[in-house]
Amino acid sequence: MTTTMKPQAQESSVRRFRTWWNSLPRPQQWAGVIPIVVLIYALPVLNPPFLTTEPNVFFPISMFKASVLVLVALGLNVVVGQAGLLDLGYVGFYAVGAYVAALFTSRDSVLHKLPYLATLPLAMVVTMVFGLILGMPTLRLRGDYLAIVTLGFGEIVRLLATLIPALKGLVGFQDVGHPPGTQANGQPIFTTTNGTAWYWLMVSIIIVILLFIGNLERSRVGRAWVAIREDEDAAQMMGVSTFSFKLAAFAIGAAIGGLSGALFAGQNGFQNNQDFGVNFSVLYLAAVILGGSGNKVGVMIGAFIVSYIPDRFNNLGSQKFLVFGIALIVLMIFRPQGLLGARQRLLAKGRTAYLTLVGRPEQLSSDSALVGEKGDDA
Amino acid sequence: MHPITLFLADDNSWITFNVPAFKALFWPNTFNGLAYGAIYSLIAMGYTLVYGVLRLINFAHSEVFISGAYAVFFTLSFLGFGPFIPSISLLSLIGDLLLACIAAMVVSGIVAVLLERVAYRPLRKRNAPPLVFLITAIGASFTIQYLIEWWRGATAEQSVIMFKPQAIFTVFGADIDNQQLTIFFAAIVLMIVVDQFISRTRFGRGIRAVAQDPDTATLMGVNKERVIMLTFLIGGLLAGAASLFYIMRVPSGVQYNGGFNLGIQAFAAAVLGGIGNIRGAMLGGLLIGLIGNYGQTLLGNSQWSAVIAFIALVVILMFRPTGILGESLGKARV
Amino acid sequence: MSLALGACAAKNSSTSTAGGGGGSSAASGPVNLPAVSTLPVPADAANPAGDGKAKCSGVTLAYIGAESGPNAQLGINIYDGVQLAINAHNKANPGCQVAFKKFDTTGDQAQAPGVVTQAVSEKDIIGVVGLPFSGESKATGAILQQAGLVHITPSATNPGLTQNGWTTFFRALGNDNVQGPAAAKFMTGQLKAKKVCVIQDDSDYGIGLASATTQALGSAADSACADKVTTGQKDFSSTVAKVNAAKPDAVFYSGYYAEGAPFDQQLVNGGYNGAFVGPDGVKDPQFIKQAGPASSNAYFTCPCVPGELIPSFAAAYKALAKTAPGTYSLEGYDSATVLLKGIDTGIKDRAGLLNYVKNYNGDGLSKHLQWTSTGELASSTVYGYKVQNGEIVYVGTIG
Repeated sequence: MTTTMKPQAQESSVRRFRTWWNSLPRPQQWAGVIPIVVLIYALPVLNPPFLTTEPNVFFPISMFKASVLVLVALGLNVVVGQAGLLDLGYVGFYAVGAYVAALFTSRDSVLHKLPYLATLPLAMVVTMVFGLILGMPTLRLRGDYLAIVTLGFGEIVRLLATLIPALKGLVGFQDVGHPPGTQANGQPIFTTTNGTAWYWLMVSIIIVILLFIGNLERSRVGRAWVAIREDEDAAQMMGVSTFSFKLAAFAIGAAIGGLSGALFAGQNGFQNNQDFGVNFSVLYLAAVILGGSGNKVGVMIGAFIVSYIPDRFNNLGSQKFLVFGIALIVLMIFRPQGLLGARQRLLAKGRTAYLTLVGRPEQLSSDSALVGEKGDDA
Repeated sequence: MHPITLFLADDNSWITFNVPAFKALFWPNTFNGLAYGAIYSLIAMGYTLVYGVLRLINFAHSEVFISGAYAVFFTLSFLGFGPFIPSISLLSLIGDLLLACIAAMVVSGIVAVLLERVAYRPLRKRNAPPLVFLITAIGASFTIQYLIEWWRGATAEQSVIMFKPQAIFTVFGADIDNQQLTIFFAAIVLMIVVDQFISRTRFGRGIRAVAQDPDTATLMGVNKERVIMLTFLIGGLLAGAASLFYIMRVPSGVQYNGGFNLGIQAFAAAVLGGIGNIRGAMLGGLLIGLIGNYGQTLLGNSQWSAVIAFIALVVILMFRPTGILGESLGKARV
Repeated sequence: MSLALGACAAKNSSTSTAGGGGGSSAASGPVNLPAVSTLPVPADAANPAGDGKAKCSGVTLAYIGAESGPNAQLGINIYDGVQLAINAHNKANPGCQVAFKKFDTTGDQAQAPGVVTQAVSEKDIIGVVGLPFSGESKATGAILQQAGLVHITPSATNPGLTQNGWTTFFRALGNDNVQGPAAAKFMTGQLKAKKVCVIQDDSDYGIGLASATTQALGSAADSACADKVTTGQKDFSSTVAKVNAAKPDAVFYSGYYAEGAPFDQQLVNGGYNGAFVGPDGVKDPQFIKQAGPASSNAYFTCPCVPGELIPSFAAAYKALAKTAPGTYSLEGYDSATVLLKGIDTGIKDRAGLLNYVKNYNGDGLSKHLQWTSTGELASSTVYGYKVQNGEIVYVGTIG
């Protein structure tokens, strides 16, 4: 590993905090996180005056939309950030998930109706299958070839939603289902307007997904992903079955994308073929890169910003894409690793071992194929 | 023979293979597909050159192209062209079109070089990894598109018609019109010029050397920065020429996002032929043009043909993971 | 292209001229329909000013719809119309100052629920003009229904919208099922077309309107030259070839001007010399600008009233918005007037205003306004337009 590219002095306090935080035992870290989680849950109820998107957009719904993008970005982060596979068609999985929810719950669909909650795992399974179908022939391709093929996949999904009459194109599906439960007054809890309920559901799901991905990352799978991301050939030489691990990353990422699509369709209650263009895939990718590809917390912050800014400044209109474009260029020049970069570290028990053996916290480096410099500039 | 139709659960047909029409229109589609394909080829060469030298998908190349289209629009509008067939002599028409072509090439060339200077060079100075380049390219693509949208609005510009397509002669029972002929031959000439430039001149040798091994090339006295700028310039010039031919065929195509889909098709063409390989880009462009035109007739819908083109791309890549002709800008064969 | 959502995103409809030099705008089409420069205005059309004695306080009307984004112009046409009505009302009624709030959905159905929920949560809003587009209306009708908030759309024409069982949804213009037969009658009657090619795009709007028109055309519709184009398509050579082989008297293009304009231009340059007929989605000054002289064969059908032909309205609108009334400005104005008249009767709450609109029966500037139980107009009119000397001019009612 060569030296890191950012100036050392500049972030010393942040660095110290990070080192301190990372050397805490896991239970203590969790205890520290609890107040933050409570605060996150309370956000739509608190409706903080400075943060609010009202009177333009109902704040709880804006928070829900942000949480959807957070989940999307977490899923894409598994593919791009963890395994280093460039996916430019991630919106395709999101769309498939949304359509699964709509097809099995909307009154406009000819298919057999299922309870909405059953469509969530179903959406994950179906998108996972799509991920496998797409991944199996294409994951043997390297970087840029994979990018164009996934981009093509996203376009195909969008076009099929228009072309296949059963998917109802622009006409779309009304009354997509929602989870059961009624309020005291007999109204359902999960209505389109009740952003808070949906938001709480979403945050809970995100926490579950975070635990799941976090554990994966610290397992053999996660180490394999990092190895593939850093140097696929070397990983293969060391006996990592790169293809199957890449496929796993693809399938898991796809399933999370599908889940977020199904959840959004449920809240929105209406589903048609709009909003699945290439620019949405690019927006998702921007959220991941902005936050710091490979860093879960960073990715979540990035996604929040990408979703929140247009709602907060409701009148940006199409100029938001111009702002995005310029921001991406500037960010990549001055902070190519994103707001919070990916971190290289010994995994799982390695950390405590390091502390015991070496007597000081493990030094983190943000130097990886994704974020640091490489020897050649090919 | 009847059209073959597939059905889904309800009885709406959703895909129809119109084989009789496909057979009847095979040759017209071939000629039209080759003309379109030649345009794709020119754009694809820009992708492939930059990729060969920098290993970078220049996502903003479609905006380099559309900048040229705007130059064509402004030049021709200034010269009195508009949404009607101009009634001027052949000689002055050729003069006007040459002028528009030069304007487009200059503008596209400048945009391409500026892009390299402003967006990519700072990254190279910092030794940024490939993904960062790609994100920057995407950012640049959005920036240029929405700058144009800001300036000219979201609607398409008024059409500029250059001349009326007229059948010149008939081959296999199909008419070949003057536009198809102009586009195809002008594009082929340009491609040959660039191909020879790369394989025979001193500058071309520099490009190949950098593509093959940038460090060694630098050691051997090749000015890498100049080679990179030259590569972007050539790509921009070709995209500018392509924009003239595109507007010739599609007079209403000048719109802020008008390059995006074309760019994706051209990039697919470059990948199909083997990205980094100039002759591969030519071949890939022609193939994508043909597939698109055949698909349109066979499936009755340009959206289906886009689906088919992407599936074809995946299938070809499965069997030839580096494209039909392989990646080889730097290899000795060229 | 998010135009697929738009109805007819008009720039302003009278200041534009045909672009480019060259060709002259000769008599259009095979039949020459004279332009009509006056519009019969109902004598007792509702006036937002009322009698000036209304008493109210703390009530708000809202416009919900696009203010930014690709379809912004249509929204601006509408809320300027609404603003005009409210200004006239508040000026005449010092004792009843109705507030006006605008909510921007950008015309996107993924954005609309958050915006509509916000509007619904503000209790002083008792009536809404909007939402302009069919997609966002589908996504949010249930929210407004749940809140019991009456909303009158001045431009969403999808027939399915009134089949959701919503009791708070009202439409201030005829839907696509009204326009299709009117367009058919216009072509076979006034334009004397014996054979018509119906070309549709891939939007909900285009498909629905094409099937309604084809059905009404009956034997005049030639299925051999019917064709489909896609949103964003630029090259129509295969469709042009198909049409020219059939030599129809008229082509009905069911879609939006973004594809309609290059299509008409390519048709004419390909040797077509019949009439080109388009619905409200094509009726736009942009159509003339992009198609150039080729557009002189074009006719339009629209459930929208030519607001510029009502001098008092046009002058007042121009004073407010600094441009002439656009497509659906008048519908926005009339919708707001209905709600304002309800407020003037002393209504202070949503339920009261909903009930008032449900039972409303009176003339607006644009048309007679009375709704069926589903929220469709009891009777609606379709208006004909044509292109003459690079401008869209009115040729009379067609159905």
